[in-house]
Amino acid sequence: MKASEISVGQTFEKVVVEDLKRTQLVMYSGASGDYNPLHTDDLYCKEAAGYPGVFAHGMLTMGMTGTLVTDLFGAENVRKYGVRFTNQVWPGDTLTATATVQDIRDEDGRPVAEIGIETVNQDGKTVVLGSATGLLED
Amino acid sequence: MSDEKTVTFPVEGTHVMMFARSIGDYNPAYHDPGQGEGNPVGAQVAPPTFPQAVAQFDPEYPLRIKDGEAWFGSGGSPSGIEGKPATSGGLHAEQHFEYTRPVRPGDVLTARYSQGETWEKESRRAGKLTFTERLVDYYDQDGNHVCRARGVGVRTERPVDQG
Repeated sequence: MKASEISVGQTFEKVVVEDLKRTQLVMYSGASGDYNPLHTDDLYCKEAAGYPGVFAHGMLTMGMTGTLVTDLFGAENVRKYGVRFTNQVWPGDTLTATATVQDIRDEDGRPVAEIGIETVNQDGKTVVLGSATGLLED
Repeated sequence: MSDEKTVTFPVEGTHVMMFARSIGDYNPAYHDPGQGEGNPVGAQVAPPTFPQAVAQFDPEYPLRIKDGEAWFGSGGSPSGIEGKPATSGGLHAEQHFEYTRPVRPGDVLTARYSQGETWEKESRRAGKLTFTERLVDYYDQDGNHVCRARGVGVRTERPVDQG
């Protein structure tokens, strides 16, 4: 993303997952190493843990949301990326991430943009809220 | 704030490819076999949340089945550990990454863990919440800083009310 191509207040939107599948939770468990049965084991969730079923790792939601951040900046240009997890994400959810340009400035002589990030589910409920900073091309 | 432990985390292209797929990211930066000899997977860079996969290399990581230890997930019964409390303990409240430079396949990272602050809060949906902050600093094979990860975990008194 070039500094000349963006402006404060501009927004970018991406559907980061449509109808989240349980298989994707299994894929994330295997890749990340977080094998908590809360994310893959329905029987454990319902009968031992007191949840209605498996739900997504917070880090999966952060990772999926992060695809908007890397689409904008490129993974090699991300300086900061942080979120708060505000609601659980369930199989079947469709998540839409929105990035809003909050600031464009120079850091160590290079242009950077700071964006605010919010991901909502199909009911409009916020699931993660955060921000990211990335280097811009001149 | 003292160092609790260090973990060596070799970053491999195949792992980056699998991680990228698991977050639904099919960008060729993570997997492009056309990238030339000596790099059959073709991963150029890791996604920003990839450092979390250090869990695979942490010998003490609690959320993985270990040789000879009871596992709390279901088998013949709902939990492999009877009398386990109603939640498995922790949920993730916040996660932040701050990069000095991107993580790339071929890096051999050293993760240094340290404990941050602990605080409590009362919540309507899950009772008393206990928050714990954990910091992980990643250094490369030359000793240079690559990334700082700051995670906040929360232990709930009871499962989160879905109402």
